[in-house]
Amino acid sequence: MFAPRLPRLGTEIAWRDAARRLAHVPPSEIDWGWEDAGASMFDAPLPEPRALTVPKPFAALARLLMAERTGRGFTLAHALLHRLPAERGLLANRADPQVAEAERIAKEIRRDLHKMHAFVRFREMPGQGARRRFAAWFEPDHRIEEAVADFFVNRFGDMDWAIVTPEVTIRYEGRRVDLAAVASTRPAEGDPLEELWTTYYSNIFNPARLKVDAMRAEMPQKYWRNLPEARAIPALIAGARGRVPAMQAAAPRPARPPAEAAQTVETRVARPDTLEALRMAARGCTLCPLHAQATQTVFGEGPPDAPVVIVGEQPGDTEDLAGRPFAGPAGQLFDAVAAEAGLDRSACYVTNAVKHFKFVQKGKRRLHQRPGTTEIRACAPWLERELALIDPRLVVAMGATALQALTGAGEGLLARRGTVERTRDGHPLLITVHPSYLLRLPNPAARARETDRFRADLARVSDLLVS
Amino acid sequence: MGKMSIRDKLALLSDAAKYDASCASSGTSKRGSRDGKGLGSTTGSGICHAYAPDGRCISLLKILMTNYCVYDCAYCVNRVSSNVPRARFTVDEVVWLTTEFYRRNYIEGLFLSSGIIRSSDYTMEQMVLIAEKLRAGGFRGYVHLKTIPEASPELIERAGLAADRLSINIELPTDASIKAFAPEKDPAGIRGAMGKVRLTKEDYGDRSYTGRRRGRFAPAGQSTQMIVGADKADDRDILGNATRLYGAYGLKRVYYSAFSPIPDASAVLPLVDPPLMREHRLYQADWLLRFYDFSLDEIVTRDAGGMLDLDVDPKLAWALQNRDRFPVDVNRAAKEMLLRVPGFGAKIVQRILKARRHGALSLDDIRRMGGRVKAATPFVIARGHHPGGRLDAADLRARFVKPQQMELF
Repeated sequence: MFAPRLPRLGTEIAWRDAARRLAHVPPSEIDWGWEDAGASMFDAPLPEPRALTVPKPFAALARLLMAERTGRGFTLAHALLHRLPAERGLLANRADPQVAEAERIAKEIRRDLHKMHAFVRFREMPGQGARRRFAAWFEPDHRIEEAVADFFVNRFGDMDWAIVTPEVTIRYEGRRVDLAAVASTRPAEGDPLEELWTTYYSNIFNPARLKVDAMRAEMPQKYWRNLPEARAIPALIAGARGRVPAMQAAAPRPARPPAEAAQTVETRVARPDTLEALRMAARGCTLCPLHAQATQTVFGEGPPDAPVVIVGEQPGDTEDLAGRPFAGPAGQLFDAVAAEAGLDRSACYVTNAVKHFKFVQKGKRRLHQRPGTTEIRACAPWLERELALIDPRLVVAMGATALQALTGAGEGLLARRGTVERTRDGHPLLITVHPSYLLRLPNPAARARETDRFRADLARVSDLLVS
Repeated sequence: MGKMSIRDKLALLSDAAKYDASCASSGTSKRGSRDGKGLGSTTGSGICHAYAPDGRCISLLKILMTNYCVYDCAYCVNRVSSNVPRARFTVDEVVWLTTEFYRRNYIEGLFLSSGIIRSSDYTMEQMVLIAEKLRAGGFRGYVHLKTIPEASPELIERAGLAADRLSINIELPTDASIKAFAPEKDPAGIRGAMGKVRLTKEDYGDRSYTGRRRGRFAPAGQSTQMIVGADKADDRDILGNATRLYGAYGLKRVYYSAFSPIPDASAVLPLVDPPLMREHRLYQADWLLRFYDFSLDEIVTRDAGGMLDLDVDPKLAWALQNRDRFPVDVNRAAKEMLLRVPGFGAKIVQRILKARRHGALSLDDIRRMGGRVKAATPFVIARGHHPGGRLDAADLRARFVKPQQMELF
């Protein structure tokens, strides 16, 4: 019978050394325990260590089990280690009683660590050095001091501090961390900031939502005596029962009636007679249901006296977010091809036939949908006002939707492209495809050919302006 | 009025901030100060440093910079027409409070919000200055900045570079409600600002031609909050809007905040106890939509009045209405169907899938893994268990409904 005894600090290293010697020994022949729990009646010398490899998840699990207060963690970790060579994938089987128990204890240790991260409260200590000094008292359930130290080292790097538990003192001074197994008792002193902290705690609490059990589940009463803010809890609970009825009883003052207060954007702009006023009026447009889904109205942009107005279909995902037309992939393609064709986008006014994004949502993605006739018709007044105010020498329709909005008929786009028609209000209209049509062509050769034709269409703009 | 002490200001400006539900400090970039040159670190899942008697986590110093406000939103305690006392923190006061609280391990960082003073840009800039000053002083903890929708893109960019998270509250579930209760707010402007945040974050995510990043913009993403129970919107309106917000702006979270009575309340709003159970059910439904592959139509239908069942959780409600899809055999069923079993969370489903390779699982096995077997029993087949007629029992729903607690008299 072997009886390895493990030290209060350096526990994990000592356990690993013993485990390398005892991995092949059946668990029934080992009595694991802490040094401070007293000697065992057995003490056979341990065998020579053997080389040992373990799966990564085991190392992580064993590290947590080492902190278990009763020593049960040592026994369980060894029992699993002993079974590992014969049972591949053992740790993935949470139905196995030993794995389940080990995971249950590991969860308890993780919770203990987490609560220590959360509930340690530092008090400032006097000191003359360049670094400020702080100290805290904490009573963990398990022997987690070694496992927890690094969290505080990484968090409070620019100050010196000590965390004292009943069994161990962790000191961090001049960026060196040092642990010592010494017995300590709870200090009495507080910190002047505790009053401000308690003020915050008391005021951030909403008395209309009293849920004391939920608080106790996450912040069990055993921690309260070391939490300065916890002293306020009884009065907060008692006071809450009175505060809500008082709020309800206090006669509510009349607010401005909603209908009167709500000055809608439509009413702000009476008769839009400039592009800017028109843009403001369009922001609140509710003429079709699309406004309820989309982010915002994407209005046209460009010089108010632009000689050319380019009309696309509708804003896409990017345009909807950015609030600007032709900002997404199709817009970038248009910019590139237009530049090659000698057309300067910034000299044109660019807009869309429909000014809200139409889409269907698939999971987290918004998939573009073509606007229907009702939406095109509902949106037409905005486009007509834009054209009337700019009165351009040429309008360019890109795609069937723009064509339909401008002429009333969108059919036969590919037969009509490259020709010049007239818009309903009499402006000359050059017809071409929408750049997203090029993006959708799967065949590179076809795409190159169609891009050439699109460029040729755009190149006609300057000729048409001269003539 | 004499000069207010910092304690008086803290009392007033934290009281005014409590109606923002979020206190998350999770999911940001990994930072630490073991180099000795700064203060603070971040953790993956965040830390709750205390819990208030309302059961809510206190992770951050959640305060307003000021509760002066030029807006008149009916649901807000800080609206211009409210008679509450007013106060304003200076930049240095907020920086001092944040770092001194942090040094004592009271908090993970700062969540700063504000009423609108002078102009949107002025207010936003003062808030950004606080975050920038914290960072310049070596603060590496968590910072969440409430963003003012009308603020200029330059200020939003600076905010995102100093903060871990940005949030813009959508406030109410429908545009009509926003217009009615928050007349100065523009719903399209709020959404547009969220869109701007998403685009800016994506822009910063792209590496330059040298492969380097230009900096980190809001590494913990953006979130929003919707008030529940102040207007007439039903749960379907609320969840439908939330789904659109998640899809369009890549939000990390939509918070639902049960409208609760406020001091000096406005008469246009209900002064009843906050609908806490409704809020809870909305969060459960939100989770099912995002992590359990449920669709909105499965969770809440127009036929059922557009409201979630308050007596049973939405997953159980779905199972009760779709009993023909059960029982599910835990030893054979696909992941998608296991995720639909009441009592099985995503973690338990992972464990079942791994463990069943080692042999057929019983209900006891699943209990050991952490599954809520009591809820699952009527809906599953396991080794040594078949629900038999229990699944079709007329009183199955009644067995899950907790009896109403008696009022203490």
